[in-house]
Amino acid sequence: MSDASINTQARASHGDAEFGDYFALLKPRVMSLVVFTAAVGLLAAPGSVHPFVAFCSILFIAVGGGASGALNMWYDADIDRVMKRTQGRPIPAGKVTEGEALAVGVALSGFAVVMLGLAANWVAAALLAFTIFFYVVIYTMWLKRWTPQNIVIGGAAGAFPPMIGWAVVTGGISIESVLMFTLTFMWTPPHFWALCLFMKSDYKDAGVPMLHVTHGRRVTRNHILVYTLLLAVVAIGMAFTGVGGPIYLTTALILNGLFVAGAISIWRRDEEISEADGYKREKGFFALSLAYLFLHFGAILAEATLAPYGFGGW
Amino acid sequence: MSFREEHELHKRRFGRNVGVAMVLLSFIFIVFGLTVVKVTRGDYEPENASIQRGH
Repeated sequence: MSDASINTQARASHGDAEFGDYFALLKPRVMSLVVFTAAVGLLAAPGSVHPFVAFCSILFIAVGGGASGALNMWYDADIDRVMKRTQGRPIPAGKVTEGEALAVGVALSGFAVVMLGLAANWVAAALLAFTIFFYVVIYTMWLKRWTPQNIVIGGAAGAFPPMIGWAVVTGGISIESVLMFTLTFMWTPPHFWALCLFMKSDYKDAGVPMLHVTHGRRVTRNHILVYTLLLAVVAIGMAFTGVGGPIYLTTALILNGLFVAGAISIWRRDEEISEADGYKREKGFFALSLAYLFLHFGAILAEATLAPYGFGGW
Repeated sequence: MSFREEHELHKRRFGRNVGVAMVLLSFIFIVFGLTVVKVTRGDYEPENASIQRGH
């Protein structure tokens, strides 16, 4: 046993983690996406809320998302220890115990839901509670280790924040908020499967039945193309709803053109070609997918922000 | 004169305590701010209370 491992085990057993270690349990990078999409949902919704209520609502949605991340790390600690990508997380690194992660997750989940209900309304709070339940129970505990479709259905958890932001203002659900949900929902599979193609050994080692592990890489490439085409239909179709407009339509046409071209490129390649250039196209497609979602929601935000000045919307 | 040399562990605990203190102070500020906003907007007036509950 190395000195480093003795040191990290001692830290965990004595419960002397740093504050930042507990914060890392909340998956800050995922939380930033939650904050952004929820904020767009809130700002694009018809009506208004007091700026301080809006700020607090986004904060509670972020805390709820972070809490579900902590619960995910608690349940998946065994997998995280095996996968290279996740070995630096607080539990496998020995900085935080599994019990602490569970306690942080449960406490913050309850806190976030109750506070959102009190600050905004109980429809938004119920949606946040369902999101946490969906991510922790449906995705983490059930689907992830059971079916290669795990990321398809589980992607719904990451798609709820704009709906919650919308519900903070309107107190309900509408076609626009459902479409914002669908955009993220349809985006998740090609985004994640592209990552799987170049992080290939991790999921196999951990025994997680990802599509490329159970059905092979050819099928995964086919699936990326099909889901990207379906995503393009949803993304461009959204331009003709209440949250769309010329800015959004232009953005969607350009981005979906690039995204479909990337998916076709991945579909036409095989493993030999990909390995020869170090999965260059797959990595490029993954990077584009991050910009894709950010810019689509950015365009929705631009439409909502410019509408009062006569520029946004149709 | 210091009787005890400060260990790295104490620095870590201090950082954690400061973090928890900041979180608690933020919580107080948020609850106070939300109360001010809701009371000044009249959310808790009898005629508005039903709207706040979503009825």
